[in-house]
Amino acid sequence: MRRKKDRPRKAGPEKSALTRRDFLKGAGVTVSGGILVGSTVASAAPPGPESGFVGPGAVPITLRINGKTHKLNLEPRVTLLDALRDHLDLTGAKKVCDRATCGACTVMLDHKPVYACTVLAIEAQGHDVTTIEGLAQDGKLSPVMAAFVKHDAQQCGFCTPGFVIACTAYLEREHNPTLDDIVKNLGGNICRCGTYWGVRHAVLEAAGVKGGA
Amino acid sequence: MATCKYDWPPEGQRGLIGKSIDRLDGPEKSSGRAKYTYDTNPPGRLIAKILQCPHAHAKIKSLDISPAQKLPGVKAVLVIKDAGSEIQWAGDEIAVVAAVNEEIAEDAVRQIKVEYEPLPHFVREDDLEKAQAAGRTKDGGEAKQGDPDKAFQDPDAVVSEGFYGLPVITHCCLESHGSVAHWTDAKTLKTWTSTQNVSGGPGQFGQGLRLKNVQVDDNNIETVCQYIGGGFGSKFSPDSWGIEAAQLAKMAGAPVRLMLDRDAELKMAGARPSAYARVRVAAKKDGTLTAWDSESWGTGGMGPAGHPPLPYVLEFPNSHWKHTEVLTNIGGARAWRAPNHPQACLITMAAIDDLAAKLEMDPIELLLKNVNLAPPVLRKAYTDELHVAAQLADWKKNWHPRGDKTPGHIKRGMGVSLHTWGGRGHNSECNVIIRPDGSVTVRLGSQDLGTGTRTVIGITAAETLGLPLEAVKVEIGDSKYPPSGASGGSTTVGGVSNSVRRGSVDARDELFAAVAPSLGVQPTDLEARDGKIQSKSDPSKSLTWKQACAKLGVKTIQTTGKNPGPCHLGDSGVGGVQIADVSVDTETGQVKLNRIIAAQDCGLIIDMKTAESQVYGAMIMGVCYALFEQKVMDETLGIMLNPNMEFYKLATIGDFGEFVVHMMTGPGYDERGVIGLGEPPVISPGAAISNAVANAIGVRVPTLPLTPDKVLAALEKGAMA
Amino acid sequence: MEAFEYASPKTVQEAARLLGSTWGGTEILAGGTDLISAMKDRITTPKRVVSLKNVKGLDRIEYNGRSGLRIGALATIRQLLDDKTAQQQYPGLVQAADGIRGEQMRHMGTVGGELLQRPRDWYFRNGYGLLAQHEGKSLIPDGQNVYAAILGNSGPAYFVNPSSLAPILIALNAKVTLQGPSGQREVELSKFYKTPQSEDEREYVIQPNEILTEIIVPPAAGAKTATYEIREKEGLDWPLVAAAVALQMDGDSVKSARVVLGHVAPVPWPSPEAEQELQGKSLSEDVAESAGKAAVSNARPLSQNGYKVQLARVAVKRALMRAVKGEA
Repeated sequence: MRRKKDRPRKAGPEKSALTRRDFLKGAGVTVSGGILVGSTVASAAPPGPESGFVGPGAVPITLRINGKTHKLNLEPRVTLLDALRDHLDLTGAKKVCDRATCGACTVMLDHKPVYACTVLAIEAQGHDVTTIEGLAQDGKLSPVMAAFVKHDAQQCGFCTPGFVIACTAYLEREHNPTLDDIVKNLGGNICRCGTYWGVRHAVLEAAGVKGGA
Repeated sequence: MATCKYDWPPEGQRGLIGKSIDRLDGPEKSSGRAKYTYDTNPPGRLIAKILQCPHAHAKIKSLDISPAQKLPGVKAVLVIKDAGSEIQWAGDEIAVVAAVNEEIAEDAVRQIKVEYEPLPHFVREDDLEKAQAAGRTKDGGEAKQGDPDKAFQDPDAVVSEGFYGLPVITHCCLESHGSVAHWTDAKTLKTWTSTQNVSGGPGQFGQGLRLKNVQVDDNNIETVCQYIGGGFGSKFSPDSWGIEAAQLAKMAGAPVRLMLDRDAELKMAGARPSAYARVRVAAKKDGTLTAWDSESWGTGGMGPAGHPPLPYVLEFPNSHWKHTEVLTNIGGARAWRAPNHPQACLITMAAIDDLAAKLEMDPIELLLKNVNLAPPVLRKAYTDELHVAAQLADWKKNWHPRGDKTPGHIKRGMGVSLHTWGGRGHNSECNVIIRPDGSVTVRLGSQDLGTGTRTVIGITAAETLGLPLEAVKVEIGDSKYPPSGASGGSTTVGGVSNSVRRGSVDARDELFAAVAPSLGVQPTDLEARDGKIQSKSDPSKSLTWKQACAKLGVKTIQTTGKNPGPCHLGDSGVGGVQIADVSVDTETGQVKLNRIIAAQDCGLIIDMKTAESQVYGAMIMGVCYALFEQKVMDETLGIMLNPNMEFYKLATIGDFGEFVVHMMTGPGYDERGVIGLGEPPVISPGAAISNAVANAIGVRVPTLPLTPDKVLAALEKGAMA
Repeated sequence: MEAFEYASPKTVQEAARLLGSTWGGTEILAGGTDLISAMKDRITTPKRVVSLKNVKGLDRIEYNGRSGLRIGALATIRQLLDDKTAQQQYPGLVQAADGIRGEQMRHMGTVGGELLQRPRDWYFRNGYGLLAQHEGKSLIPDGQNVYAAILGNSGPAYFVNPSSLAPILIALNAKVTLQGPSGQREVELSKFYKTPQSEDEREYVIQPNEILTEIIVPPAAGAKTATYEIREKEGLDWPLVAAAVALQMDGDSVKSARVVLGHVAPVPWPSPEAEQELQGKSLSEDVAESAGKAAVSNARPLSQNGYKVQLARVAVKRALMRAVKGEA
């Protein structure tokens, strides 16, 4: 019997609320102001709404991340990854290749895995963004995370959150993966320590498939 | 044999040691909670970006940073190479900017005006004669033993000649190099640094800063690295850009994060030197190896790169090697997991494999026959491992003489290789603390590269104190803790396990002394097991751990364990054998790795799970350099063409078949104590895979990576021969 | 990445009106994997970016027996892979899509974006332009050309067309719909790509103010189709070469054939030589082999990429055999 084990749940309260608040305060801007940009960017004259264009200076951006709404003030060129990491201190998604190749930055948009390094933050508006922080509820590991631990599918761990998200999203779509299917669909994540052997087993375990690859 | 005060529990008395135990920080990592240097966002932190030189060799004629300084949001600009400086490779640092965000820092870098005078460059080293003609070579050493000339001329000698090589590859750490620097007051610096050397951080930052006329006392510097996203030998120092982060933070009066961009990481942050060699090797007709002769060369940029230790592992009675360093404008070399060993291993094991083919001999038989040429301490390991690996690979059934004769375009083959490494534990100091409330903390200034260091420390302390693993709090990754060596050369597991064992034994004995009177026994009659302190002679005399610790009253036990120290807890020198099984599509040149079998010795294993992971991971890293990766330079431009992760190709989850890992344990291994494992298993995959390909297709593909173009070229050459 | 102005219009007409008449000033953003990466590398530095994210209706895949398969430009690779009609009617198209690896790329990558992605050529990606020129001369013929063109490489361009889908779509006689500021036009995909003659040009005939909105694939009409890729990595990676074939059969013999090579030339490379070789023949391994040979008869390898001639030959042979065996 197969069932979806790793459906992302609605996110609970921000785990790192205190840290994050301190962080925002320290940056000297309000929560709604975006962290390090708002007060400092020299914005070009606004092109005016009739043209339909906004920017290139900072513009208000609203993101729904792990069930919580965040209001930021960012230039259109800021990626979702930088918005998460540098402006919201959600650092689970990592910046590695920064060119849609390695998968370390993977987050979900409406349950679909994407490379956050090549999604503009402004484009993520109106979507549900799920980051690795949104998958571990109250500090409890998700089944995919637990399988990664059990099969030691991680060494330095820098690719791991991206891999966990990619696997989670993949298993939401595919409940009965074959090795060939895993190879093709999880071929968008790169690990330098070489944890793929563990990842293969972790994915199969999380999918409820017995045995190894 | 008298047992020493500090020793490892014998087999049968180990509760945790040697078991397969989940890594302690697994949940932190898989849930994304683990904070790396790159993830550190102290309040008000600025972001720094580096301007890199676009030329492979140039002189800076003029440099103007004022346009960058004027940009709103820019907080500090630092010139690294001033007018008049000579740059030796494309990607070297010119200036660095700190600004309020990533975008402005990048804009500012592009505002800096630099005029260069390009100078001639040289970036290609695979052709020795060309390098010599260009005057880009330097003597890299030479040695002779016995009388190789005579041995080669022996009429009974079977001689094989070949050319073998590996290109320059990079480390490509997923977390790029860098630091976050924060002056908490005018005199006090805190750095988060992606480093393999936490304890060394303050000294390195202090020295680097004083050279830049920033006065700071090492005692006022703290370096933190709780998690590191890969190092592989490239992160032993904060690097120039770490010092620059601290300088910029001082100038700007705010914390600065300076992490290399991916292209900079691949261009600047070090590389493994290449190695190419023309080799002659001779044996008697029965396979007894008699002579070795090699002329090798390689490049580590403009600096020294050492030489591959040739011939590798086996000491031929007659040998000669000569190495030449080629000076290139490609950026510097750094230690890359088992420095110079993968190169030496490929060159030696491929040459021996070709000789075996010429002798029409099974290469495993040839290696077994010559195992007496290996260092004495490793002969047993190699013999055992060759047998174990052969059995796991079903070698006798699956191996065939060179060239798969079955019809069709898919040819299958098997190859073998062996390797060695030292791995003696480094200097390490730890504090073991037992508090009256029963809590236990182990602290040391070590770091966990993902090898399982935290877990090994926890297991060692827990085993010694008779506690479950979760009862021990492991604190590492901070230079304020007792100093522990840099994590390089597979020295960490030996270093930290030995210091923690000693510290824990001492702490345990102090606890015994404290509780013995209340149990009415001698401290020497006590043992710590299953969460209890009990009498060995009368187990009914026992206290729970908590009760025992409560007897401490207000006293906290704190011991310091050291490595090196008394008694034998570790050693140096391991051996490993790997067998690769490949299929080659002779129409397309694609190599498919079906299976690698590894038999690996590393003395006493503390955590089987993370130990095996080291081997799996190393073999995948081996697959990367055997089949895919290389630093590609353009000769005209002198630049690296693939400073990105699309064209700097690394294996993905589907680029290999099955792995079989067999760790050598038990008598003959365990009693050697703990020896490092990080490097050894990464050494053989290149050679084993290359040999397997030669066995499959009947000809040698001389250089790695074994890409379709090279495989087809070798097949074509073989067909013509 | 340079700063830019951003708009996300609701209709494709409105979007087309926001575009400029020269290349590079304004870019169209769809899935983003290529454009945002290219902007980070400053391959293009638009002052304005027009996003199609709010344009509705461009992400559908529809089929009817008369007009065939209509693929909205914003349909994702994942949608195409999962499309039952595509799987049944055009297995060669789904095989091509299957070469695009990784859940992320499959979800983000759009069919339109896949056809319009810029060359992966490393000189181009390092900022040396489509023609990879340095001091008035292309760097490629004497440089690192292991991945470069073996056909259509008489200059001035030596990169290879990067699309995985274009070869099979061309073999299937697909057309694309282009929306301009004042109307639509249809272009045969076989005439869509071109070899740029200067750095002012791009590698396709679409105009700077046009938007590719739809791909129309005529009914397969029983054609046997297949794609065969030869690649280095199993994961996300661009193939070394690929061959796509569409065969109309008359019993056992080939009535007409379309053979198109990918990653061998600056444009997807149809091979009339191979097609002719197949005409009227019963498809055996030997015939497929001859077609493969014919496909590369005009190949002109550079210093390092001779092996690609062999790969192209084999890819054609294997694609043909895959088609005739009816592999899914």
